[in-house]
Amino acid sequence: MALPRTWQNFLDETGDMSRFTGRFFAQGFKPRYEFAEFIHQCFIIGYKSLPLIGLTGFIMGLVLTMQLRPSLIDYGVESQLPAMVGIAIVREIGPVVTALIFAGKIGSSIGAELGSMKVTEQIDAMEVSGTNPFKYLVVTRVLAATTMLPVLVILSDGISLYGSYLGVNIKGITSFQLFFKQVFDALSFSDVWPAVIKTFFFGFAVGMVGCYKGYNSQKGTEGVGRSANSAVVVSSLMVFIIDLIVVQVTDLLGVN
Amino acid sequence: METMQETIRPPVNEKVQEPVISIRHLYKSFGANKVLEDFNLELMKGENVAVLGKSGSGKSVLIKCIIGLLKQDSGEISVLGQNVAELDHDELDRIRVKVGFLFQSNALYDSMTVRENLEFPMRRHWIKMSPDESDERVMETLKNVGLAHTGDMMPVELSGGMRKRIALARTLILNPDIMLYDEPTTGLDPITGREISKLMVEVGEKYNTSSLIISHDMNCIRATADRIVMLVDGKCYADGTYEELKKNNDPKVKQFFE
Ligand SMILES: Nc1ncnc2c1ncn2[C@@H]1O[C@H](COP(=O)(O)OP(=O)(O)OP(=O)(O)O)[C@@H](O)[C@H]1O
Ligand SMILES: [Mg+2]
Repeated sequence: MALPRTWQNFLDETGDMSRFTGRFFAQGFKPRYEFAEFIHQCFIIGYKSLPLIGLTGFIMGLVLTMQLRPSLIDYGVESQLPAMVGIAIVREIGPVVTALIFAGKIGSSIGAELGSMKVTEQIDAMEVSGTNPFKYLVVTRVLAATTMLPVLVILSDGISLYGSYLGVNIKGITSFQLFFKQVFDALSFSDVWPAVIKTFFFGFAVGMVGCYKGYNSQKGTEGVGRSANSAVVVSSLMVFIIDLIVVQVTDLLGVN
Repeated sequence: METMQETIRPPVNEKVQEPVISIRHLYKSFGANKVLEDFNLELMKGENVAVLGKSGSGKSVLIKCIIGLLKQDSGEISVLGQNVAELDHDELDRIRVKVGFLFQSNALYDSMTVRENLEFPMRRHWIKMSPDESDERVMETLKNVGLAHTGDMMPVELSGGMRKRIALARTLILNPDIMLYDEPTTGLDPITGREISKLMVEVGEKYNTSSLIISHDMNCIRATADRIVMLVDGKCYADGTYEELKKNNDPKVKQFFE
């Protein structure tokens, strides 16, 4: 029975990607550890995406607050504004939007970087220079993306809430302390931890997809562009899929 | 055919002859694409052999098999007396220290300066050296390729010919016994190509290497190689010095001399 071509490609690719992920787990935790390179990648990944993530976080918090206010006024619960915004940002919007920006910024740059290293034989050159390129390039980047995204999400949440505080103050007056007290009173532990845990998965997915696409880039500059592009598309999609799975799981576990 | 080749081989000169690379009955294919079929080659110590072949004939595949970047389907490759396919990771690394590979696309690390590019193989092969010694080695090697002042530049800032020189310096920095050149002059203008060929001869003498030069550039081959092996249809089709092959009337050989 012949599957349509696109389906076959999809299944091939899924299989390849699973094997690639398997290789990560098989090689990632054995010596020689590339600790210095891991730290270097953490720095680069964090540094590259921080301004963008900060800015989008700020705007998100501000806009969300301004958009929600009229509805809440209609229902007569304007005082709940900080609580609502807090929950929305911490549980869903902060992690997902940050992860999407991260996918656009870091996923594409990893895809392009490894892709061009592949087509210009830099990966082969590393291998003949006594380096396991999979560990040196892939493992370090995946681990760095997995560690850095949660940090970035927490920062972004903080900046969003600050944006929201300013949003509240545009048409009313709340003190800084009162605003954050209301936010944190509304948040329970079970709001926070699933949101934090899923960011690890988001980071892992973005790093893994970027590396997979780059590492398997086709010859030529066109191939590099395609790697970068599909790294963004696939990792953004993965973010939503993981989000969907996590919400189902937490729901089943009764954490909400 | 093969036994004939062995018996015909001219008696070698006084030097003790030991092959540093010997390839026997090498087969390599990618799916249905048969790239190498029964390829044989011996590179003697101190010898410079060119492998000549059309684009896509499998030259890069051949030299990647030699260094263990690709694995052959069957046949034996021995480098400095060791069978490459049977080596484990550490043993392969020890061989790779002694074999310099100049990549077709140079493969300079874009994210590193020239100096860091040169330091990379030393650092990664755990070659113990004080920072002073290492600096000195880098400077000396850069001087040997005629680019002493480029240490702090990034690869993107260099011209094609300069990149080739830096890539050469990076392979020379470990003092290799064998040099593998993958199309050293392709993509360069004829004048720069000639300079690179000259440099290859110079460093060959200075570092006392044996070299395998993969190319389809006749000028480069003529300047650098003692002997030419023609790779046609995955086999070693003809073998001889430049002059010998030039006289050959076989159309498949002749086409390279036009
Ligand atoms: N990793 C690979 N996977 C599949 N096919 C490959 C791979 N590497 C090379 N080939 C195929 O092997 C053949 C020989 O390629 P190779 O790169 O060795 O050619 P070449 O002689 O070096 O040519 P050029 O002069 O253009 O560099 C080509 O048909 C190529 O498509
Ligand atoms: Mg080639």
